Amino acid sequence: MSDYNKMAGQKENGISLQFRRVIAYIVLLLATFLCLFWFYVLFINATRSNSELKTGFSAIPGAFLIENWVNLKNGTLPIFNGMMNSLFIALTTAALSTYFSTMTAYAIHAYDFKLKKFMFTFILMVMMIPTQVTALGFVQLIGKMKLDDSFIPLIVPGIAAPAVFFYMKQYMDATLPLSLIEAARIDGAGEFRTFNQIVVPLMKPAIAVQAIFSFVASWNNYFTPALVLHTDTKKTLPILIAQLRSADWLKFDMGQVYVMIAFSIFPVILVYLVLSRYIVGGVTLGGVKG
Amino acid sequence: MKKSKVVSYNKWGYIFLIPFIVIYLLFQMVPLVSTIYNSFFENYRSGLTQIGPNFVGIENYKTIITNGDLPTYFMNTMIMWIMGFIPQIILSLLLGAWFTDPSLRLKFQGFFKTVIYLPNLIMASAFSMLFFTLFADGGPINSMLMQMGFISEPYQFMSHVWSVRTLIASMNCIMWFGNTTILLMAGMLGIDPSLFEAAQVDGATAGQVFFKITLPLLRPILIFVMVTSLIGGLQMFDVPQILTNGTGDPMRSSMTLIMYLNKHLYNKNYGLGGALSVFMFVITAILSFIVFKFTNSEEV
Amino acid sequence: MKRKLMVTLLSVTMAASLFTACGGGNAAAPAADAPAAEAPAAEEAGPAPAAEEAAPAAEEAAPAEEAAPAEEAAPAEEAAATADGSGEGKVLNIYCWNEEFKSRVTDHYPGYTETDATTGTIGDVTVKWNITPNQDNAYQNNLDETLLKQADAAADDKIDIFLVEADYALKYVDTEYTLPVSELGITDADIANQYKYTQDVMTSSSGTLKGLSWQGCPGVLIYNREAAKEVLGSDDPAEVQKAVADWDTFAKTADAMKAAGYNMTSTTNDAYRVFSNNVTGKWVQDGKVVIDDNIMKWVDMSKKMADAKQCTTADLWSDDWSKGFYPDGKVFCYFGPAWLINFSMAADQEGSIANQGGWGATEGPQGFFWGGTWICGATGTDNPTLVGDIMKQLTCNEEIMLDIVAKDSDFVNNKSAMEKAAKDDAYAFAVLGGQNPLQMFCNGAESCDLSNQGPYDQGCNEELQKAMKNYFDGNASLDEALDMFKKAVVEKYPELTAE
Repeated sequence: MSDYNKMAGQKENGISLQFRRVIAYIVLLLATFLCLFWFYVLFINATRSNSELKTGFSAIPGAFLIENWVNLKNGTLPIFNGMMNSLFIALTTAALSTYFSTMTAYAIHAYDFKLKKFMFTFILMVMMIPTQVTALGFVQLIGKMKLDDSFIPLIVPGIAAPAVFFYMKQYMDATLPLSLIEAARIDGAGEFRTFNQIVVPLMKPAIAVQAIFSFVASWNNYFTPALVLHTDTKKTLPILIAQLRSADWLKFDMGQVYVMIAFSIFPVILVYLVLSRYIVGGVTLGGVKG
Repeated sequence: MKKSKVVSYNKWGYIFLIPFIVIYLLFQMVPLVSTIYNSFFENYRSGLTQIGPNFVGIENYKTIITNGDLPTYFMNTMIMWIMGFIPQIILSLLLGAWFTDPSLRLKFQGFFKTVIYLPNLIMASAFSMLFFTLFADGGPINSMLMQMGFISEPYQFMSHVWSVRTLIASMNCIMWFGNTTILLMAGMLGIDPSLFEAAQVDGATAGQVFFKITLPLLRPILIFVMVTSLIGGLQMFDVPQILTNGTGDPMRSSMTLIMYLNKHLYNKNYGLGGALSVFMFVITAILSFIVFKFTNSEEV
Repeated sequence: MKRKLMVTLLSVTMAASLFTACGGGNAAAPAADAPAAEAPAAEEAGPAPAAEEAAPAAEEAAPAEEAAPAEEAAPAEEAAATADGSGEGKVLNIYCWNEEFKSRVTDHYPGYTETDATTGTIGDVTVKWNITPNQDNAYQNNLDETLLKQADAAADDKIDIFLVEADYALKYVDTEYTLPVSELGITDADIANQYKYTQDVMTSSSGTLKGLSWQGCPGVLIYNREAAKEVLGSDDPAEVQKAVADWDTFAKTADAMKAAGYNMTSTTNDAYRVFSNNVTGKWVQDGKVVIDDNIMKWVDMSKKMADAKQCTTADLWSDDWSKGFYPDGKVFCYFGPAWLINFSMAADQEGSIANQGGWGATEGPQGFFWGGTWICGATGTDNPTLVGDIMKQLTCNEEIMLDIVAKDSDFVNNKSAMEKAAKDDAYAFAVLGGQNPLQMFCNGAESCDLSNQGPYDQGCNEELQKAMKNYFDGNASLDEALDMFKKAVVEKYPELTAE
């Protein structure tokens, strides 16, 4: 990238460049504030007791973090189970969803077959159906399939993720030249091998991006799991948070709710930071010449 | 784009499509068909008594059309989506352009890039819970405004049409601009760098580069962002639901389509709910079709 | 006799691992043995849904099993005397939405041992707690799904006990999913000491009592003593009562309070129950939603108060609502029962009015009640004796109930126990500055009238308050707000009309 820098410094662009840079920093700082403020509020609230929270907001942390956590841990909610369930579901969903969507996109991108155009339009149509629209039928279906209270209806449908497919397809259009695939064929690689060993690695940046998105979407999903899961030890974190929030007047404790939210955000942040480093670093890999 | 000439490989196209199609048919097509099927029946729960299913033809559709609420909730949804999406896409394009513009040499890029996506990690419901607390009549925002002398008594954010809509739109914007920026950045970085080099050599300004090179080449990703955001917008639910406690108040001016649908899920109203779902499907399809046509007339 | 022999034989020969088979076996046997005698009982107890199930085989089995409880309940005294229903099911499933009932059973039911957070044992019966929170109607949804499958469920999976609240009690009471308490071995004499309103709530339209509660929740007007002294010149309950004796004087006092910088109530919704408990007709009459005059009185009064800024329009339980628990909140009064005073007004929080004993209690303009949990026996239970005994012990046994008063500060559903406590200074409330309000609660509980309750109350009350908020906030005219209410009710209950 250093070669553009030399060129960028050209001519009288200097002042306006300086100016643009200042603007950029101001906007970025504002955006950063807007992004981080909520975590600060969450953290502060997690450290305060229920009655302190009732008296109003404070900018200074309270002294109840440990107590809130102990109360939460000793409560009836199986939060560690919830964490494991959420992790398992989100990880498998993200893996299945990105891998198979890449495969679907590759099918449309790299091959020429009769129903190609139809399939592409069809999948895009599918994308337009909101989850909630089919929720009623979905619940009936899993009841009939005896998959009620199971993880399968939460994970497996991720294989058919039109939005992820669409992104992969757009990304392939921009970065994956067919000549590369033909070259692999000439080298005698099978189609599956070509896909797994050449296409998937090339798609890494896109896969990382969509893996994060799928993971987060699945992690924070309340709607479908709430319809499917009934046993306490199988429930995911968002459902447990909702349960904690709806505790009655005798047990209601906002301090615990905030600690629980913080507890449930922590792993996502971790996963995100691991993958995001990959995106930020892997960004240069994205620019395949062609 | 050149298509592969080796025809014998093309059966692999079908093979690679199998997982998607099987899972799709099973988990989405079947529920969809049964939803549509249900829309022609009277079928709900009253307390513990199951009413129906009785075939009623298009009665459910008539009910929805005659009570005339659907257009209102559709407009609410669109207004709140647009209010959030415009700042979101502008901010994202700007940030994306700055991040990928080598001449700016922004420092701490890694930090900023990482931070902007963070709000999306908070659950929508938790996020709107925070907003509710912050903007309550006796909440910190009100007391701050009062201390600074802008207002003399608490402004009831939750009791005014446009303040509620603005809050919902801002939440959506804050939650999603990072996501959009990441998508756009990936698209921008996919653009052949030699194009930029050529432009630089020709002495193009940053604005010219952005509008003449970046934006046109970004079209595939931009369409993706537009369409997915539109669909996400039409599905807007958690944020207004929690913020307004499910009422969509004042006077349902912030009630979205899915919140309305959710009211029918309450009593397992498969009939009316099904008909409503069909309407929503049609609305989404029409809108997405318009976006496609509008942005991408030559090819799919 | 033959039957008893069989039961004994079965329970002796069956190994512990065959519990499940045991329950089914003994229930089916008598029905087959003496079909003529059992026929009426089966008709009475067998729920209609069981008969609706298609498969003839299931149909045959289901009524036979349903017949068992009714039939076994008849010699209940006898059974209870020997043991807590040996030969009955070995798993007791209890459905509820919080841990209140669980803690009552744990602390007060003789012989209950806690195993872990969601299980326990009574003798050789395992108690399973199925706790689903109330939010988004989740508790009722879950309960409904399970009840609808009750007839087909294995004996050990059947719901035995579930809890309900007054607002939706009739939804269950008026169905065959709840057992009459008389079939659980509870006699009229057992429950003579209970407050009548607690039984009204659980009486079906045909007059059958279907559930019991251990608590009573009559409400009073809870006032801020500081404000009373400042504005009314006295914080003596009798004096304050004069200023809130009816709604006209209540309105005048509200003006005086505003002039002194106090809000009369915290929110418009505080007084709602006082009006909705004193209506002259049901919410739904002949399938049509009818708004009672008394509800409209609440609307008028609340609108006046909201316009005069004598209260806010926030929701109950919101932060804005509970501001008044602190002196800076400047709220004169709340309406509430004993549990609100004891547990919800931040008594444990330094600086709150409750912490300083700064509240007083008086009857207020009208009697009302708020909250309370009722125990229902589920039709099809395989543990009728135990279910009956739990109900009996917790809701009729004066000794246990006095223990609940002492330990949990509940206002229990037992007239003589409460009258005793009302005269005992040991029961004075610290939160109320040493006042003993129990006599007031006793009077309130006696005068509560719930004859106008209906199965749609929960939905109608919720939607009305939500819709009226728009009117109070000035976002809609009264007619627009009423239309909004009607629309929302019909969405919730499609079988009703509102025009």
